[in-house]
Amino acid sequence: MTDVGDRITGLAAALRAHGVRIGTGETVDAARAVEALGLADRERLREGLAATLLHGPGQRVLFDPVFDLYFPRGVGGPEDAPRDREALRDRLAEALAADDRAMMARLAAEAVDGLGGYGSSPGSDGWSAYQTLDRLRPQTLLARVRADVRGRDGNGGAGFADRLLDDEIRRRIEEFRRLVGAEARRRVAERRGRDEIARRGVRPTADRVDFLIANRDQLTELRRAVQPLARKLATRLAARRRRAARGTIDLRRTLRSSLSTGGVPMRPVLRRRRPVRPELVLLCDVSGSVSGFSDFTMLLVQALHDQFGKVRVFAFVNRLDEVTGLLDHGRADPDGLSARIRAEATLTGWHGSSDYGVALGEFAERYGGAVGPRTTVFVLGDARTNMSDPNLPAVRELARRARRVYWLNPEPRDRWGTGDSAAPAYAKLVEMHECRTAAQLSALIAGLLPV
Amino acid sequence: MFTSVDDVSARLAETGYLASPAVATTVFLAARLGKPLLVEGPAGVGKTELAKAVAQVADARLVRLQCYEGVDESRALYEWNHAKQLLRISAGRGESWDETRTDIFTEEFLLPRPLLTAIRGDEPTVLLIDETDKADVEMEGLLLEVLSDFQVTVPELGTVTATRRPFGVLTSNAGRELSEALRRRCLFLHIGFPEEELERRIVRLKVPGLGAALTESVVRVVGALRAMDLRKVPSVAETIDWARTLLALGAGTLDETVVRDTLGVILKHQDDIQKAAAKLDLDAL
Repeated sequence: MTDVGDRITGLAAALRAHGVRIGTGETVDAARAVEALGLADRERLREGLAATLLHGPGQRVLFDPVFDLYFPRGVGGPEDAPRDREALRDRLAEALAADDRAMMARLAAEAVDGLGGYGSSPGSDGWSAYQTLDRLRPQTLLARVRADVRGRDGNGGAGFADRLLDDEIRRRIEEFRRLVGAEARRRVAERRGRDEIARRGVRPTADRVDFLIANRDQLTELRRAVQPLARKLATRLAARRRRAARGTIDLRRTLRSSLSTGGVPMRPVLRRRRPVRPELVLLCDVSGSVSGFSDFTMLLVQALHDQFGKVRVFAFVNRLDEVTGLLDHGRADPDGLSARIRAEATLTGWHGSSDYGVALGEFAERYGGAVGPRTTVFVLGDARTNMSDPNLPAVRELARRARRVYWLNPEPRDRWGTGDSAAPAYAKLVEMHECRTAAQLSALIAGLLPV
Repeated sequence: MFTSVDDVSARLAETGYLASPAVATTVFLAARLGKPLLVEGPAGVGKTELAKAVAQVADARLVRLQCYEGVDESRALYEWNHAKQLLRISAGRGESWDETRTDIFTEEFLLPRPLLTAIRGDEPTVLLIDETDKADVEMEGLLLEVLSDFQVTVPELGTVTATRRPFGVLTSNAGRELSEALRRRCLFLHIGFPEEELERRIVRLKVPGLGAALTESVVRVVGALRAMDLRKVPSVAETIDWARTLLALGAGTLDETVVRDTLGVILKHQDDIQKAAAKLDLDAL
């Protein structure tokens, strides 16, 4: 039992390293769950540990790979695995056609063992999921599996649902790729210690990925999170608004009304709040380096648009243009957003690199009227001016006219001011916040957005 | 309450609730560890149904607290019956104040609300706190004492402790992030959309008249719709609605016309319908 205990505490520690907050109480519960469930059924064990250790649905994507490391399906490589690529592909096609999960898992183990090893044999130095998939090429099995399934049904693909077949097979192949990844991680962990692999080899959740290094998949995943996140932020804003509406005591009117009760203030009079809907202006740097960050923020603010009187969004690289219309709800195809902005708005002049000074100057000149005493301005960008003039007077003027100006910088704070970054200079004029991940962004938005 | 995980799924199935392995395991653990269950998931996957099914299986009374914005102590916990207390005071004319006071703060004048009801009862109870995310943050503080120690403190009466722990089920649509303190006291269960096989069984159970081939097609199309990037993806409730619609229409198989005409049953936004129609090639003919 001590070994199981070690595994549970190791699992909890690895999850903590990924930012899941697990207390001792949960670890004890997890152990009790293992006791109640026994070790016979791995999937039940997985669910039981997830129920006791996790607190939210977002943590599940982290939990599964870590669980696979601490409670592996098996130990070592499969026995007498055939090293024949073609035979493996044949069997894989069959398993995919039948949607046989158990078989797919076994084939993943064999594939990693046979095709994924690198280094000096025998007993290779490591296993690579990338190499396995590159040699096995499961994606090329699509046509074959499709024919196989159709042949099996015998109707030659006449049914309506048949048109969904390709997507279904693609999803199965994706599942197989995931299995191969998990298997390779497990094999490497056997060699190098699972604590280390659990910390480094498991991808963090999308909302904790750095905007600047996120890959395409992670950005897509983030975009999908926009709507639920916006809903959450909207309730948080509504709560803040409600609290703010309680208001402070209006001393003058309280004293005035106390005269009717002989100078005793029986009923405090609260200061009335003017019902204004705050206005929002977004200035987004959409140049290559920070476009992932800007896209996400634009979509998020657009999803929150009914919280504000007016939202205007401007994009720039070294020239600036209004893109509010491009973000409209009906037209919003989030995946193509950046391409559409680049195609339909004039963002670049003579060269293609970002120039904050010129863009901010152009904003002040052309759209100065968009900013008034009710407007909160968010500037999104890394403040890297490519050695040109940062145009501080324009920012000073902006800060003077707007209600508040915030600058959200996707770079880590310790990189501000290095190289061509004008961040410290801007930060002296307006409030600048580090905003590297979606989690940080939602915390900032919940705190900073005007109510 | 339950002897094993299989026991849970078998008995839940008898009541018409088909549980996925995750659901069965977590329900078993909740009963075994005596901890309340926090169920999250999209609308229409059977979170509330689960509580009802558990109550039916355990032959327990279901006490339900429906949360909404502004639900408070007097709605959730208990309230003094002021009108009755006033009557009592005016009826007992000649009494001294001390006698009256000790008398009006007794059980007779207490109006128990769901949380207190669930704790005081002697019979097995399932306490369902529905849509916890709709309640205010203050309400969560109230739940903490109830859920961790299963006790309620009424200042005039003292602390009421449960003689028999109720089986607690909290549901949430994740409209608001519940506090960490509340989550810590619960076992967490996320009910997502079911696997294809399970959903087929659910449809077969709920709409027995639908043919096997059509059931399979329905589940496959719904699965494909869920993989699309829609504003509101169809849930199990919508699958069942659609199956019922098809049964009522007497459709033998799925084809373009039938799907196009009934897409409104499963998708609730015009954008979604257009997008799905384009992706499913409904205009191909």
